[in-house]
Amino acid sequence: MRDFLLLLADNTQILGHRLGEWCGHGPELEIDMAMTNLALDLIGQSRNYYQYAADLEGAGRTEDDLAYLRDAREFRNCLLVEQPNGDFAHTVARNFLFDSWHFFFLQALCQSNDDRLAAIAVKSVKEVTYHLRWSSEWVIRLGDGTEESHKRIQDAFDNLWTYRGELLAPAPYETEAANAGYGVDLHAISSRKCSTFSALTQTQSGNE
Amino acid sequence: MSTQVSLEERFQARIDAEQKIEPKDWMPEAYRKTLIRQISQHAHSEVVGMLPEGNWITRAPSLRRKVALLAKIQDEAGHGLYLYSAAETLGISREELYNELLSGKAKYSSIFNYPTLTWADMGAVGWLVDGAAIMNQVALCKCSYGPYARAMVRVCKEESFHQRQGFELLLTLSKGTPEQHAMAQDAINRWWWPSMMMFGPNDSDSPHSAQSMRWKIKQKFVDMIAEQIKVLNMTLPDPDLRWNEERGHYDFGTIDWTEFNEVLKGNGPCNRERLAARRKAWEEGAWVREAAMAHAAKRQQSV
Repeated sequence: MRDFLLLLADNTQILGHRLGEWCGHGPELEIDMAMTNLALDLIGQSRNYYQYAADLEGAGRTEDDLAYLRDAREFRNCLLVEQPNGDFAHTVARNFLFDSWHFFFLQALCQSNDDRLAAIAVKSVKEVTYHLRWSSEWVIRLGDGTEESHKRIQDAFDNLWTYRGELLAPAPYETEAANAGYGVDLHAISSRKCSTFSALTQTQSGNE
Repeated sequence: MSTQVSLEERFQARIDAEQKIEPKDWMPEAYRKTLIRQISQHAHSEVVGMLPEGNWITRAPSLRRKVALLAKIQDEAGHGLYLYSAAETLGISREELYNELLSGKAKYSSIFNYPTLTWADMGAVGWLVDGAAIMNQVALCKCSYGPYARAMVRVCKEESFHQRQGFELLLTLSKGTPEQHAMAQDAINRWWWPSMMMFGPNDSDSPHSAQSMRWKIKQKFVDMIAEQIKVLNMTLPDPDLRWNEERGHYDFGTIDWTEFNEVLKGNGPCNRERLAARRKAWEEGAWVREAAMAHAAKRQQSV
């Protein structure tokens, strides 16, 4: 359970950290504020998971001990979330790949047989519904916008595509979590994620 | 000509009656220009002010502090947004306003040309810089231009929250290890005089009412901070600071105006860095804004 919680905590913390790097440097004030919102949501979510993990340990460690004082090798996050922001297109593509997984993952996690985890999922899925909408809309906007933006978002997907597989490949503790009923069956969400993605890419080419 | 005079008279009568002027109302050109200059300068200060604090987001010492800092900087972006919107009601576009900032034509508060060297600076900026800003800005909530006055009500509320947050941060450091205490004292030492400069140059011989008003506000600021610094168990870097029984106020020393003027001229520690960061964000974001416009235009056509 601890490993599973740390996976969720690290994913959200690292992506929140990356988005925080944009603060004050966004392409427009409104976009800047939206990305800060995403960062705030994600770091808030990670705190819920870290606090739960710390409580489970019962060793007096805090959320900050878990977030700040573990070695890099002990981090469980997927590689996708730690990818540098790059240009805005890379940020959008990275977030979209993550959000479209995260959304379905949390939807399933709402059914967790662990009450505390289910409660965190219920709260988070509301936020992530908005995250997915934000990144989807930007994928469409950039894909459809200008020749340059189309090329940039295409390049971004080309560069980040390789990291998507990890999201659906369960680590042993994820399989254990799914079997025990507090986790998520990644195979079940795989098909839903794929259909969201193909729907979106169709919209994009349809507009051209 | 006679209608012109009567418009001006009507305008003046509304000002005298302390009624708000709204975007669609007639206003003298000089009033409009002064407002655009003042509101945009204020908006630019909010947006440039995001940079010194943004410097510490990725290095905040705890998740709670990181979230608070992110939220604070987001508030500043929000202030920038409604102040730009208030300026736009006067018939100037955000793009024009930005260009004035990036070309160096428009000013922003000089305070943001100082660096944020340590985490304690997040406390000192909140407590001293936001503290001084509130003192200066609270009167604007009652200013004659409606959109500006309404924006300022919200800005001041959020700023006073930031100030308390900054004080709390410093108090935590003050009660921490000797190193943390020293770091907080150093931040206060560096931010005290620049904060005092936010009240502008004053000439005590001048009978000008705006200046005497500013002097009063500055005295109020000094009196407040001189008391709060005791709670922090720290000192202000002013050897002349002492309670004056007769006046019922704290006496304080004089500002180094040479430094103030140098920073104003663009020779502060971070003038170039701040503008370069704004320019970079704006230029690198151009393709994103163009894409959004192009997409919106295509969508409109297909409807």
